[in-house]
Amino acid sequence: MASKPEPAADRPPLVRMTGIGKRFGPVQVLQDVSLEIRAGEVLILAGENGAGKSTLIKILGGVHTEYEGTIELLGRPIRPGSPLEANALGIAVIYQELSLVPSMTVADNIFLGRPITHAGFVRDGVQVAQSRALLEQLGIEIDVRSRAEDLPIAQRQLTEIAKALAQDAKVIVMDEPTSSLNAPEVEKLFGLIQGLKRRGCGIVYITHKMEEIERIGDRVSVLRDGRHVGTAPAAELPPARLVEWMVGREMEEQFPRHNSHRGEPRLRLEGFSVAAPGNRTRLAVDGVSLRVCAGEILGVGGLQGSGASDLFAGLFGAYGRATSGQALLNGQPLTISTPRRAISQGVAYLTNDRKATGLVLPLSIVANATLGDLPRLSPRGWRRPGAELEAAQRHAKTLALRAASLDLEVGALSGGNQQKVALAKWLQVKPQLMLLDEPTRGIDVGAKREIYELLNALTTEGIAIMLITSELPELLALSDRIVVLHRGRVTAEFTRQQATAERVLAAAMGEEVRLTA
Amino acid sequence: MSTPPAVAGRAAERFWANPATRALAALALVVLLGCCFNAQGAFFKLGTHRDALRQASVFGLLACGMSLVIIGGGIDLAVGSVLALVAVSFSLMSIHWGWAPIVAVPLCLGIGTACGAVAGGLTAGFRIQPFIATLAMMVFARGMAKTISSGMKVSTAVKNADGAYHYVDVPGVFRLIDSRVLGGNLAVVTLIFLVCAALAWIALARHRWGRQLYAIGGNEEAARLSGVPVNLTKILAYAASGLLAAVAGMCQAAQEQQGDPETGAGYELTAIAIVVIGGTTLTGGRGGIGLTLLGTLTIGYLEKILSINAVPEASRLMLTGVIIVVAVLTQRRQRA
Repeated sequence: MASKPEPAADRPPLVRMTGIGKRFGPVQVLQDVSLEIRAGEVLILAGENGAGKSTLIKILGGVHTEYEGTIELLGRPIRPGSPLEANALGIAVIYQELSLVPSMTVADNIFLGRPITHAGFVRDGVQVAQSRALLEQLGIEIDVRSRAEDLPIAQRQLTEIAKALAQDAKVIVMDEPTSSLNAPEVEKLFGLIQGLKRRGCGIVYITHKMEEIERIGDRVSVLRDGRHVGTAPAAELPPARLVEWMVGREMEEQFPRHNSHRGEPRLRLEGFSVAAPGNRTRLAVDGVSLRVCAGEILGVGGLQGSGASDLFAGLFGAYGRATSGQALLNGQPLTISTPRRAISQGVAYLTNDRKATGLVLPLSIVANATLGDLPRLSPRGWRRPGAELEAAQRHAKTLALRAASLDLEVGALSGGNQQKVALAKWLQVKPQLMLLDEPTRGIDVGAKREIYELLNALTTEGIAIMLITSELPELLALSDRIVVLHRGRVTAEFTRQQATAERVLAAAMGEEVRLTA
Repeated sequence: MSTPPAVAGRAAERFWANPATRALAALALVVLLGCCFNAQGAFFKLGTHRDALRQASVFGLLACGMSLVIIGGGIDLAVGSVLALVAVSFSLMSIHWGWAPIVAVPLCLGIGTACGAVAGGLTAGFRIQPFIATLAMMVFARGMAKTISSGMKVSTAVKNADGAYHYVDVPGVFRLIDSRVLGGNLAVVTLIFLVCAALAWIALARHRWGRQLYAIGGNEEAARLSGVPVNLTKILAYAASGLLAAVAGMCQAAQEQQGDPETGAGYELTAIAIVVIGGTTLTGGRGGIGLTLLGTLTIGYLEKILSINAVPEASRLMLTGVIIVVAVLTQRRQRA
């Protein structure tokens, strides 16, 4: 472990997985997958959603214990029978869904499952001291005595990472660890990863973000439909090639060409403010003035805590009447009170977390797609299943929704198809203004492209779109104009031509940039 | 379900994944049990089935209301007490005060609905957990039942001013509810139960309100952000549960020919058991009245089979507990 660093390729692999296969019932999710994790490297595991990445790491992490093939750790065959056993072998997996106990403190969570005890009693003081030392060493500023549920999601994610590192693991698997981190936190994480590499750890890193692959990846392994497509050094795998490996077809351009369809002004905000939920004295959105025209995509940039999501939620009435200032839709004052009121005025709001706030997972595709428009679909209260099915079928066709039946529970669909159902719900209400918060989060490349094309199609119909996305290239490519928020205030407004990644980022970090009149 | 899947194993899997199939299987198992332990052929007599249905009807009414609340992601512990409050009120109005059914029945329905609406308002409007809000209503309604009856059974023996008792006739509406139709083969209470179940089914499966209730039970925040009037929908569910508890209370009073302030204790738990055995999940968003109907029959027949075999009360309770666990275990959704 403490040996001098040497060229990674010359060393024996830390972990060698050979001929891994796994089936769930009749579905073969992994077939003959072989890969190596070397000491002191970051192995990127790439592939579309459903390609088998999660299953593969769950086998390594001892979650799935029935599989074909062999796993060797430093040349010694192993077969982790439980997550605890995998931990003991030096394999730590940081899963996408957080595994912290909300009501327990950060320190208790870090030592969860292997508490420091004396005669059976937890030695709280020692745990607190050790967790504090660990977090300090990692450069993470979190009070170890605060409860996990009281922390913002980014800090919970960092706690999760600290928890894995506390186990002194040789192999660390990270499943999209940056999905809820802001830029400085991501930098911190990348710093941590460099440190781990120097210590000789092998890191498996799952991500959908191209710039992360370029930044930290040493080698890239690609899975497609449960098979291993190939492994290559990151430097020798240009983005176009990688996408081709992932989707199995060549994608001529990542973003479809976007033509502006700008019409008359649709939404106008003057000094619009939104009080922060849970703390009415703080303004999450502070005096924002902007306008969006019909057929236009207005990108809303900003880092975490910028207030962009609060702006959408506030406009939609999701925070009730906790707003002030002026909002005009088509020249008429927008009444902001409840989501129902907003929908009836032609506003739609796609939330940034489809599972928690976007969809009703136990209900069918039809039920979800028509939920927002039930008052119109059932004028006298009695539902008309035929009309509902017809509406759902229409949207399924425009959105290229792939499902065996529209009666399927939404919870059984893949991420991309779930997002399409969420979009179908908002298309069904025939909105004039769509507020889209992270419409492409956690969905695969193919589905992303379909959503880009959908946005273009919507603008031709004259729908005004406000868009939040944490992927800067996406924001730059899709938006006709971009406003950037920092701590609830507009710091910059760019036209499509003026916007560059550097300018947007600078404005998001608080620099006042004024380019347009 | 409509197209036959290619693989037979897959078809079987999908077949058993359907909660209705599993609820039917549980019922079939209980009926089979009855065929085996038929108490010298008593199980094969028509009268036994008629009685099983009649005795299950009151529980079935409560379970229908309970299903609505549970599908909406809540729970209603107050139904047993509301039943008692309405039984006492109905008896007071009909027996002691001699009010006509046209006055007494709507009033009693109103009492039950109001109890449910208040409990619903407490959970929806004031964000009190359903368990707590309906627990409070359960205690309150029981106290109310004891208050208006002075803690005594309200029966046909009416106390005079001088302290002596005189007896009055059982009111006509009581005799009507406790009678049978179709040549004595269908109890009126069973008929009432079936009509109420049908109404609940229509509301849940065919009205906008039902769909919105499922959405709230499945994901309340997503429902709210989709424009569902969450508070109103939830309050209506609790009110409907109270209404059905009131119907059950009047049936109970008619069958017992009195209003017992102690009646219906623990009925809420039987109602929950029926809902769960039917396959409606306690987490909300899944289930239906059809499943509850099957659950009602399962519990009803189970009780009947145990009673015709003269299984003592103590063993009966223990056995019912075991069977609830077994039924729920077989119903558990397979994790993918």
